[in-house]
Amino acid sequence: MQFSTSNSPFLAPQNSVQKMMLWVLVALIPGTVAMFLIFGYGVLFNIVIAVITAIVAESAMLALRGRPIVASLSDLSAIVTAILLALALPTLAPWWIPFIGVAIAIIIAKHLYGGLGYNPFNPAMIGFAVLLVSFPQQMTVWLIPESLQVTQLSFIDSLRLFAELPIANGQIVDAITAATPLDEVKTRLGLTETVAEISQQDFMGRFAGAGWEWVSLMYLVGGLFLIYKKVISWHIPVGLLGGLFIISGFFYLLEPGSTASPLFQLFSGGAMLGAFFIATDPVTAATTIKGRVIYGVLIGIITYVIRVWGGYPDGIAFAVIIMNMAVPMIDYYTQPRVYGHKG
Amino acid sequence: MSFKLWRFKGGLPSLAKGKKTASSLAIQTAPIPEELIYPLTQHIGQAAVATVKVGDRVLRGQLIAKAEGFVSAPIHAASSGVVSEIAERQIPHPSGLKGLCICIKTDGLDEELPASPIADFRTLEAAEIVNIVREAGLVGLGGAAFPTAVKLGIKSDAQIKMLIINAAECEPYISCDDRLLKERAEKIIQGVEILLYLLKPEQAVIALEDHATETYQVIKTALDENANSAIQAVQIPTIYPTGSEKQLIKTLTGQEVPQGKIPADIGLVSLNVGTTYAVQQAVVEGKPLTSRITTVTGEGITTPRNLEVRIGTPMSKLVAFCDGYTENAERIIMGGPMMGVALTDDAIPVVKATNCLLVPTKKEVVLEKQAMPCIRCGQCASVCPASLLPQQMYWYSRSDQLDKAESYNVFDCIECGSCDVVCPSHIPLVQHFRYAKTAIKARNAEKQQSSHARDRFEAREERLAKEKAERAERSRLKRERLKNKAAKAEIAGSVERSNEKRQAKEPAEPLKPVAKEP
Repeated sequence: MQFSTSNSPFLAPQNSVQKMMLWVLVALIPGTVAMFLIFGYGVLFNIVIAVITAIVAESAMLALRGRPIVASLSDLSAIVTAILLALALPTLAPWWIPFIGVAIAIIIAKHLYGGLGYNPFNPAMIGFAVLLVSFPQQMTVWLIPESLQVTQLSFIDSLRLFAELPIANGQIVDAITAATPLDEVKTRLGLTETVAEISQQDFMGRFAGAGWEWVSLMYLVGGLFLIYKKVISWHIPVGLLGGLFIISGFFYLLEPGSTASPLFQLFSGGAMLGAFFIATDPVTAATTIKGRVIYGVLIGIITYVIRVWGGYPDGIAFAVIIMNMAVPMIDYYTQPRVYGHKG
Repeated sequence: MSFKLWRFKGGLPSLAKGKKTASSLAIQTAPIPEELIYPLTQHIGQAAVATVKVGDRVLRGQLIAKAEGFVSAPIHAASSGVVSEIAERQIPHPSGLKGLCICIKTDGLDEELPASPIADFRTLEAAEIVNIVREAGLVGLGGAAFPTAVKLGIKSDAQIKMLIINAAECEPYISCDDRLLKERAEKIIQGVEILLYLLKPEQAVIALEDHATETYQVIKTALDENANSAIQAVQIPTIYPTGSEKQLIKTLTGQEVPQGKIPADIGLVSLNVGTTYAVQQAVVEGKPLTSRITTVTGEGITTPRNLEVRIGTPMSKLVAFCDGYTENAERIIMGGPMMGVALTDDAIPVVKATNCLLVPTKKEVVLEKQAMPCIRCGQCASVCPASLLPQQMYWYSRSDQLDKAESYNVFDCIECGSCDVVCPSHIPLVQHFRYAKTAIKARNAEKQQSSHARDRFEAREERLAKEKAERAERSRLKRERLKNKAAKAEIAGSVERSNEKRQAKEPAEPLKPVAKEP
């Protein structure tokens, strides 16, 4: 009897990119819900526009490049990029912010470099950086967490603001927006206020910015879930948060009165989202075990440097992009010792 | 007695669990087929050379092909019959290649050469034992088929400390070693004792995976009865590929076989449990290797079980003995699902290395993988038991950057297939590495050939130039001598002398032309 042949191993693969991306999306649910509860409808609008833009841009680029559209779209990587970027955007941003950001992420940062697997830079962070540099005003104004607002925005008002349409009492917008706690603390420390004074302010919560600390906590929960599901390994998040903790702890010990605490650094801005969901993007991160730790630690340190001495309110995006550039070198110098080889 | 175990890097835990369906039934002897087929290459090393002609009658145990060279193994007939053909037949090879085979039409009498059993192997010299093993055609029966006599006969500076009997069948489905150990423990222990006597290690360890609890109890009981304190059975964690020699050595000793070295260099010898049994058969019972235990399994087989098979039996006969194929038999694989070879035809014979015949159905195996781009997730690296970076090797293999692939140690890849199974992008990684290895070997062979050709050409050019120079030198010397006056005088003198001589011989009167009288 004749048989057809194929090559070993014959066992079916246990995993797929789609499955991994799906778990990432699942792990983002707690953080997204927290964002929605604390910052309102804007986060949902951002996600919707981002996802639609991603699907359209991905399909168009795949078609132009003559790649199978359905097979590539169904790996869900474009959607993960879109949602990660959407979660990093201010919830009061107009519709064209997520649109431009995601278009740049997918078209330029992803497909012009060869598509999934070939892009040297994290697409979501490239999109974010372009937006931050080009539209600083829209990118730095955040809604005040709902618990602190005098007037809360209705769904219709949120939607009108998103579409850049006038709302009935337009003057309230100023009353419910502010810089992020990270930004605010930096400004106030610059004005020689002490940490003790700042922590008395309304915008501060239990250990970091009010509202923000809960969002960060939820990203932490989702991230731990990803580690548990073995979608990501612990090396990058632990490296990043550890690096950030150590450098901020060092300066905090040097000047406790005029330096934000390490805990504040960990639970502010994009640290948690970055540590578990962004820096762990496999395509653009280091791949060796040692390399991942180094990669994470350096992102943590660069983030702190940008946050404290740089001109931007947060440093995750730039730190990730800078370290993306170092990945080939890190990987080269951190190869594991092969079985039977000398160390 | 507790035994310290180490964990090798990577691997796939629990791969083998629950997939040993064939292990529940006792070993049965497969019937004698009408035709036995013996590929002359069924071991690592040089092909054996036929010692029989078409038409010769052979008996079971009779030599039909002798070893050629040091790394080679002889082949013996597994039943009596007449050599019907020595011709090219399909052999177990991934590309469906043909190879020279000796074919025997059996006569069903199964007449045997009289065996020469030895009552006490301790009366033999070490060299004699190695020789018996060599003459019996023993090769590694775990699947590698490396000639056993070479392994046992190697002289290494290191004193052998531990003998490892490998019964860790880490691949799913395969259970021939498990059954053999369960049913013939005493003979295997005797085999171990022969090896202890031969190699003189401090201890011998029979290593089996911890899911085979029943077998462990059997071997433990047998060892207790035997009361040889140098031998012990050890349960090791079920982690694929722990049955691979290097990984097993790491598990049992914490040591790694250094690059380019063999286990004997660090005082270790490891032998498959089936091979150990064959050693006992050869040395004590005087029987050459003519049969082995083969697992016939997979959902494509009606009654999966282990068979004692005459080497040379066409695979179709084994399937028939196991009540035939089920409806959806999809592939026929020699070996396990991780490292086996898919064959084109079930007329191919069982060879010494055939530890398993796996006939899976569609749902048991992957038929076609749609490879997506590598996302560099690194899962391949985390399961690689050799601590390689498969994603980097893949990158360089597929872009034909062979030097780079080699510098990432592609030759240390043991092709266990772990990376393939975990790759979320479904990339056939091992296939890429096989390609890279062959391409590098081919390129190196070509390089060597062209450097040989260049050497030959340069040597010829040099020789021609030298000859030319020598000729030039000779004529130059001649010319110089001509120019030299003394030489001229000498020449003139010698001309004169020769004229004188001639005149002396001739009549006084010089010859004159005789004028003819008109």
